[in-house]
Amino acid sequence: MIELENVAYSYGGGELLTDMTLKVAPGSFHFLTGPSGSGKTTFLKLCYGALQATAGHVRLFDRDVRGLSRDDVAVLRRKIGVVHQDCQFLDHLPVTENVALPLAVSGQDPDGAEANLKELLAWVGLTSRADALPPELSGGERQRAALARAVIMSPDVILADEPTGNIDWEMSQRLLTLLVELNRMGKTIMIATHDLGLIRAAKAQVQTRVLRISNRRLQMAGADL
Amino acid sequence: MKLDLRTAARMLQFDERADRVVPPTGFTARLTLFSAFAMAFLAVFALALSLAAGRVADRWGTELAQSSTLRISAPAGEVAAQTEAALRVLRTTPGIVDARALTLDEQRALLSPWFGTDLPIDDLPLPQLIDITETDEGYDAAGLRLRLAAEAPAAVLDDHARWRRPLIDAAARLRLLGWASILLIATATATMVTLAANAALAANAQVIAVLRLVGAKDTYIASAFVRRFALRALTGAAFGTLTGIIALMLVPSGSDTAGVLTDLSIQGIGWVWVLLIPPLSGLVAFVATRYAAARVLEDLA
Ligand SMILES: Nc1ncnc2c1ncn2[C@@H]1O[C@H](COP(=O)(O)OP(=O)(O)OP(=O)(O)O)[C@@H](O)[C@H]1O
Ligand SMILES: [Mg+2]
Repeated sequence: MIELENVAYSYGGGELLTDMTLKVAPGSFHFLTGPSGSGKTTFLKLCYGALQATAGHVRLFDRDVRGLSRDDVAVLRRKIGVVHQDCQFLDHLPVTENVALPLAVSGQDPDGAEANLKELLAWVGLTSRADALPPELSGGERQRAALARAVIMSPDVILADEPTGNIDWEMSQRLLTLLVELNRMGKTIMIATHDLGLIRAAKAQVQTRVLRISNRRLQMAGADL
Repeated sequence: MKLDLRTAARMLQFDERADRVVPPTGFTARLTLFSAFAMAFLAVFALALSLAAGRVADRWGTELAQSSTLRISAPAGEVAAQTEAALRVLRTTPGIVDARALTLDEQRALLSPWFGTDLPIDDLPLPQLIDITETDEGYDAAGLRLRLAAEAPAAVLDDHARWRRPLIDAAARLRLLGWASILLIATATATMVTLAANAALAANAQVIAVLRLVGAKDTYIASAFVRRFALRALTGAAFGTLTGIIALMLVPSGSDTAGVLTDLSIQGIGWVWVLLIPPLSGLVAFVATRYAAARVLEDLA
């Protein structure tokens, strides 16, 4: 599914990630933790082709990202649902159209998926907010809209970056329930977070693996969680 | 981003949903619309000027080719000898391709519009006419007059139309200037559309990032901009062309002395050129936006 082999990432400021090797099995549930600025977002970007590793190999669906054109990456991204850290939306379009955006850009007719879209909005509890513009949404609503957008293409993998970053405990539990539900449907999930409570709550529901970025390296987190 | 016909067609396809992904950009929209309008308006005039200058150059050029005549008015006995002498002079004058004495029948044909066909021409002391065909550069009229005065004093050189030669050159130059202006107008349109498209693309970097995040290809993103700018240029140019045509119709037209000034109208095949202005503006905008988009998308990658 997602495979990293001795991956490193450096930028002008030096090496951020080094010698990372990981195999993400289909249907698995991963957490990624680490202090702020340790490179969690960067790691996820490597995993959906938004960034190129500066050393080593990243393979998505058995294809080396390095050899891919921008168009190839675009097509690949339709199989990976991403919930961005700051949930970017098109602020001039209502929630429904934002959620349906992946369908539109991949040339599918969003009208044909109308029933699916309604169901999805109901699933994330946004039916009544369907016509609202993104700037009018609360933090939790934004996160759920982003999740709905991430899953509308029925991707095999869902990557979420701090999905509970600025929402309360109850709302983050609701979001976790949705993610666990997706995992039970066979989706591969990876969540970057430093919300240890969220990880504990997840462990009570599904089998998870916790990764930690520490000193630029990837480690398996201990049983202390 | 490759440019083949299929992608080009897809880019131009009317797709309301795809256009909505880019927020309306009021300022660049009006800017593009207005420049296309102004440029098309100017193009109509440049075109009209060029076409009118071309018509004048052509008409005067044709008249000029048959314009020089030598007239020999001498007592009946001397006409033949003077004609011989004049022909000899003409044939050795640089700038003259051919000189030929008109036959009696030809002279009669020339006179018949005035005197009818029954004119007893043989009995009249008609001057002998010599038709002169010159090269494009023409001959030195003053020099020729001097030589004729010496060798065939009865010969009178009639070159009333030759004074137009510099005007013909000017008209031809004017036509060239017209076309050069049209070329410059097209370039300026491309420049302005490029600037406006760059501004619109830069202002929408965030939108582009979101579209990429959800798996949009460059072609999809570019076409949302390309369609918009091509359509605006087309619309603006259509209005500009229309306004230009109306303005041309308001220029008073001259009588038969029509020169460049009084003949600024669109005629015949000229209409094809004028009607091509809006679609060509759209095409220029299409290409300019495509290149701007390709560059910006490359930079933002
Ligand atoms: N291309 C780059 N140019 C400059 N700085 C970069 C680049 N890529 C990463 N960084 C820096 O590397 C650090 C790691 O960033 P990243 O967003 O991956 O961390 P994070 O673990 O997600 O942090 P947070 O928990 O706050 O979200 C940051 O300090 C960031 O500024
Ligand atoms: Mg981050």
